[in-house]
Amino acid sequence: MQTVMSIAIDALAYGMVLFVISIGLSVTMGLMRVVNLAHGAFAMIGGYLASYAARDLGLGYAAGVLVAIIGTVIIAVPIERFLYRRIYGAPELTQVLMTIGITFCVIGITNFAFGPTLKTIPLPPSLQGSLDLGFRSIATHRIFAIASGLVVAALLWFLIEKTAFGIKIRAAVDNAAMTAALGVRTEIVYAVSFAVAIGLAALGGVLGAELLPVEPYYALRYMVTFLVVVSVGGAGSIPGALIASLLLGAIDTTGRYLAPEYGEFFFYLAVILIVTLFPRGLAGRLK
Amino acid sequence: MAVPMAHQPKPTLSIGKRFTDNGLLGVLAILIIGLLGYFLVPNNLALLTQIVAIALLVLSIDLVTGYCGVATLGHAALFGAGAYAAGIAAAHFGVTEPLTMTLIGLVGGALAGLVSGLVILRAHGLAQLVLSIAVIHLFHEAANKASGWTGGSDGLSAIMPDPIFGMFEFDLWGRTAYVYALLLLAVVFVALRLLVRSPFGMLARGVREDPIRIAAMGASAHSVVLRMYVISGAVAGIGGALSAISTQVVGLDSLSFTLSAEALVMLVLGGVGSLYGALIGTVVFMLFEDTLSAANPFHWLTIVGALLIAVVLFAPKGLYGTGLAVAGRLKRRPS
Repeated sequence: MQTVMSIAIDALAYGMVLFVISIGLSVTMGLMRVVNLAHGAFAMIGGYLASYAARDLGLGYAAGVLVAIIGTVIIAVPIERFLYRRIYGAPELTQVLMTIGITFCVIGITNFAFGPTLKTIPLPPSLQGSLDLGFRSIATHRIFAIASGLVVAALLWFLIEKTAFGIKIRAAVDNAAMTAALGVRTEIVYAVSFAVAIGLAALGGVLGAELLPVEPYYALRYMVTFLVVVSVGGAGSIPGALIASLLLGAIDTTGRYLAPEYGEFFFYLAVILIVTLFPRGLAGRLK
Repeated sequence: MAVPMAHQPKPTLSIGKRFTDNGLLGVLAILIIGLLGYFLVPNNLALLTQIVAIALLVLSIDLVTGYCGVATLGHAALFGAGAYAAGIAAAHFGVTEPLTMTLIGLVGGALAGLVSGLVILRAHGLAQLVLSIAVIHLFHEAANKASGWTGGSDGLSAIMPDPIFGMFEFDLWGRTAYVYALLLLAVVFVALRLLVRSPFGMLARGVREDPIRIAAMGASAHSVVLRMYVISGAVAGIGGALSAISTQVVGLDSLSFTLSAEALVMLVLGGVGSLYGALIGTVVFMLFEDTLSAANPFHWLTIVGALLIAVVLFAPKGLYGTGLAVAGRLKRRPS
């Protein structure tokens, strides 16, 4: 029972972190149809910036999160303008190569700037302890991660389903050319969604630093995981990404607890099964 | 399903033309450049041998990516399968005859090609890419877990190949291994040259251009690509076996995602859809890597990344394709 509870809490927290990072990828992939392997690189930049602000400058956790999100978006916007905009609509191989190139550059440059060591982001005292539920206690940080994931999901749902901008996004996802013909500046929609997506990636990178440690090869190590979440969930779908994150988080965490010697074997086996059974994702809008 | 192109009359070519078309020039270039390498860097023949082994992997990716249009990030699975097949045969079953080991690697790679082809070709686009990544990780974890056979993360050692034909011993300098590698590459190159120009190779190109039309013509696009995947696996398996024979160890890194991604980068750097491009990309990339990564691995990563972005933006046909285009323009200018 004790094990089941720990697995459940860890899986939920891990799934929520996956969700916060991957949802941006899912939205941009549904919107711009770009296979973006560099998404994890932006989460990594977020983690490094937060670590620098919170640990080296001593600004505290909240300031670290803010610095991470704003800094990463500032870095990402010119990249979108000058690199991504050229590969919209290009063949997948081109997109994969360009975004792998960006990932390699980010890894090289961050390590040149910050050094090749593991970065920690010190938690504030309010997130360090554990919460006593009577029958067992849960690390506060896990609860914080789960709550943040829920808040992000709710805010995104509101943004996309209830606001004028959300209508433009949905229209552009369904038919970009028609939306542009109706007078919507789609490139601005793209740029803003990209910025939001990158901001979420940075947030996820900071939130998940306890579960996905921020280290030099972060961008490569988890690149695949985020891509898998989007592929399993279906690009462009919030509920799909949420279900996929929780499902894959549960499979991965259970595998690690019960059969650690198999590594990620079961995770990838499950991925192959799911992708083979649902090639368009659990709730895909892509084609 | 019948392949309608099998009964087309063959275009008549003079013998000389046929030889150049079938890659005699390419083979000569491989052997001459290879021998130049032998005399220019006699102290680093191990690196040159490794370049040849990786070149076979890159050629095999070119078969499925360049000729059939399948984007894959998991092709090292076939290379590693060949390497482990040859290595296990030598270390556990005492099959130490190098030619037999190469053949075993070929079969191992082809089997891995069949398995991963069956999985990967079930989907298209993003899903296909994700499946290919999942396949390479699955192979990697399986090899790590089966440490009784593969040595796990320590790698499989104790591979002691016999002298080739009982005469040419594998020496400390790697001379025999390098000459063997060059000859192997030349043979594979001729075979692939014949393959991509055969009716089957044309059919594969057709699948890349328009699978629906190929299906309408009565050929099964899926079976064409799957057969190409098996052939590609055989080529990659030969590369893996060569790597196992020459280095006498097989490590888990031969089954890694990084190797898959790097090999794809080499192919794109040289030029997708051309055998020469695959060879040029491998040589340029590996020589650069050897000199630059010795200085600082992270600078090397930055440079590879920048190189990739530059190739995508400015030379989408790769070094070979862009070189051809530039040469064509220069030739036209004086007239």
